[in-house]
Amino acid sequence: MSGEERYEPWNRRDFTNVRPYGDTFDDGVIQLSFSLPVPAGEEAAEAARQLAAKMGFTEPAVTHQHDLGENFTFVILYAKTQASVDFTKIKVAKVDSPRMSFYEVNKFIEEEIGRKIVIIGACTGTDAHTVGIDAIMNMKGYNGEYGLERYPMVDAYNLGSQVENEEMVAKAIELKADAILVSQVVTQKDVHIPNLAQLVELLEAEGLRDKLILVCGGPRISHELALELGYDAGFSGGTLAPDVASYVVQEMVKRGLK
Amino acid sequence: MSKLYLDPNQVSRARQAASQIADSLQDFILERTTAAVERTVLRLYGMDGVDSDYVPLPNVVVDHLKDAGLLAEGAARYVVNAVLQKNLTVQEVGALVAEGVLDLTEIPLADEDAIRAKADELACVSLERIRENRRRRDHYLSTLGEGPRPYLYVIVATGNIYEDVVQAKAAARQGADIIAVIRSTGQSLIDYVPYGATTEGFGGTYATQENFRIMRRALDEVGEEVGRYIRLCNYCSGLCMPEIAAMGALERLDVMLNDALYGILFRDINMQRTMVDQNFSRMINSFAGVIINTGEDNYLTTADAVEQAPSVLASQFINEQLALRSGLPEEQMGLGHAFEMSPDIEDGFLLELSQAQMAREIFPRAPLKYMPPTKHMTGNIFKGHVQDTLFNMVGVMTNQGIQLLGMMTEAIHTPLIHDRHIAIEGAKYVFNNMRSFADEIEFKKDGKIVARAHQVLSDAATLLEEVREIGMLEAISRGMFADVKRTMTGGKGLAGVVMRAENYLNPFETLLRKELGLEAIAR
Repeated sequence: MSGEERYEPWNRRDFTNVRPYGDTFDDGVIQLSFSLPVPAGEEAAEAARQLAAKMGFTEPAVTHQHDLGENFTFVILYAKTQASVDFTKIKVAKVDSPRMSFYEVNKFIEEEIGRKIVIIGACTGTDAHTVGIDAIMNMKGYNGEYGLERYPMVDAYNLGSQVENEEMVAKAIELKADAILVSQVVTQKDVHIPNLAQLVELLEAEGLRDKLILVCGGPRISHELALELGYDAGFSGGTLAPDVASYVVQEMVKRGLK
Repeated sequence: MSKLYLDPNQVSRARQAASQIADSLQDFILERTTAAVERTVLRLYGMDGVDSDYVPLPNVVVDHLKDAGLLAEGAARYVVNAVLQKNLTVQEVGALVAEGVLDLTEIPLADEDAIRAKADELACVSLERIRENRRRRDHYLSTLGEGPRPYLYVIVATGNIYEDVVQAKAAARQGADIIAVIRSTGQSLIDYVPYGATTEGFGGTYATQENFRIMRRALDEVGEEVGRYIRLCNYCSGLCMPEIAAMGALERLDVMLNDALYGILFRDINMQRTMVDQNFSRMINSFAGVIINTGEDNYLTTADAVEQAPSVLASQFINEQLALRSGLPEEQMGLGHAFEMSPDIEDGFLLELSQAQMAREIFPRAPLKYMPPTKHMTGNIFKGHVQDTLFNMVGVMTNQGIQLLGMMTEAIHTPLIHDRHIAIEGAKYVFNNMRSFADEIEFKKDGKIVARAHQVLSDAATLLEEVREIGMLEAISRGMFADVKRTMTGGKGLAGVVMRAENYLNPFETLLRKELGLEAIAR
């Protein structure tokens, strides 16, 4: 054995060539589950297998199928992929300002901005699911973190649900908002995309877009999507008030919005 | 025999406070009517359809009377008067008012006794149709039968009623007992009921009478094939609460979400409006044999489930008392609660079990509606499936009536067709495998489960006594439920609330009071 190097790729990983791991290095194992609009049976399994092959997977194997009724069939399928990615070249848009605590945020506002800041928030469009925006804004907050209404240096206005974008802009003008938070929970059929985009257009038309921080959030919102739509930042599930507040206040200072 | 050794004195203390709260609310309710209640009367008379701007005829006629300041006397008076004086049907009255060729305020009023007699006669015809629906349901239940309890309740939410039908039938074949068609987001806040079959909606499908009819027919078909009556559920809440009840009664829905407090707290609907609407809607649901589901589970989506346990129980007591005052038998009271405690809590399962068993013992005849975890569900569907499994265990261990099945993809999207299958399969496994478990277990008299129930019951009784002192509406204003504050005059729909005149006429209310064994209104 001496002199001969053991093959232990897990100890010397090649990040330029990464593929999924099941139980043998580089095996490329993937699990998939989906339904096909065909009656259950061996033909359904074969259809699933061929579909996986067309997706580029090798060795597709249907391990389970179930008749869902109405000529639908559910399958669970394992397969392997030869595809790989270069992990060293991955770039992801992230909110990179450090997270501050409740006290740090308020102190930061006092010292760096020198006045109370105004933040308005709402569920806009047809969305009536206020759980997220309430968790961020309401006094009580969520999971042990106070909401923005509790922040002494923040005037927080939670406008509630189903607020039209036009009303949002009017409120931003009336209250001289420094930041707008938009919550979107219902994302079925991508209903949130045109709605979020419309707010940006309205703010641009009013000449307000550069004068405030525009943030969106929700379970299906990513920072990347937010940037694409013309927002300054996007926050996904599990975000709490200090996450949003830290970003807003640091971004205000960075952009000179005092 | 109480497995939790609950003190009957504490239970009656809580129930008595809730009863007094309901009494004072009832006095408030009976002095008022609403635009929605009056539209409901017209719908029950069979008025349907829309005008050239797609405004439903019941809205057109009620607005016409409201503008003339006559709504306080009841829409029935003026519409039935037109029927008598012009020899028209109710539907024709609606159509002519919509065309602008009939002004109900200009027709001389017939003799009061003649109006009342005709109003009753026409109302009896409508009530007979609802009675016939009840008979039809009973017939199905006695010939086809139904699934064992807890009923498996799943949702469909494609936005297109015809695609909902495909998913609903598939779900019935997979084993579902109740199909709820989720409404399009925002429907609760529109002050009319959309018309006709709809194929577009967001996060759900519009509740319309035609959509009810389409889904009812589909579920009857699949029910006959699978040999099990499949119940249909919709949402009798929001600004059109009693209208939805009427539509459901006419189209044989079986289950309705029906809770004013939910609308007040979570949809910011004006409390006066929705309390009045709720009373009439529950009378209709009672008569139609519809199981109502109340929304206590929702408190826990915004507030902490451990801390808020007493307010859930308190609200169940209040909902029970209000429902009784609408003539609703206990067998139709699907009081709500939920498995919403954080999965990180040590012994959290014990607390959930305690709460569910307590509700079961305090409301022994009610088909309790048990809601799955939602707030603490994540994108980790594998853990989610385990959370749902623990929830199902509590359901079968405490004999819940209606188990709203959790979806492992709860935090991600409305259910995909196989999400529903996986949920049903998991629930059936647990319920079958543990079918008689509830009969086999007792709880340790000095253990955590019993102690928790005693604490929650005692706190709920105290809370109810506080609410009794200040009144329900003031309690809501102070944020005593779900940490949400709403005011008497805030929220949507207040403009539709009208004080009843001395000669207020609502023949359905009067007839239903008799039918449901409620005393006739004094006035």
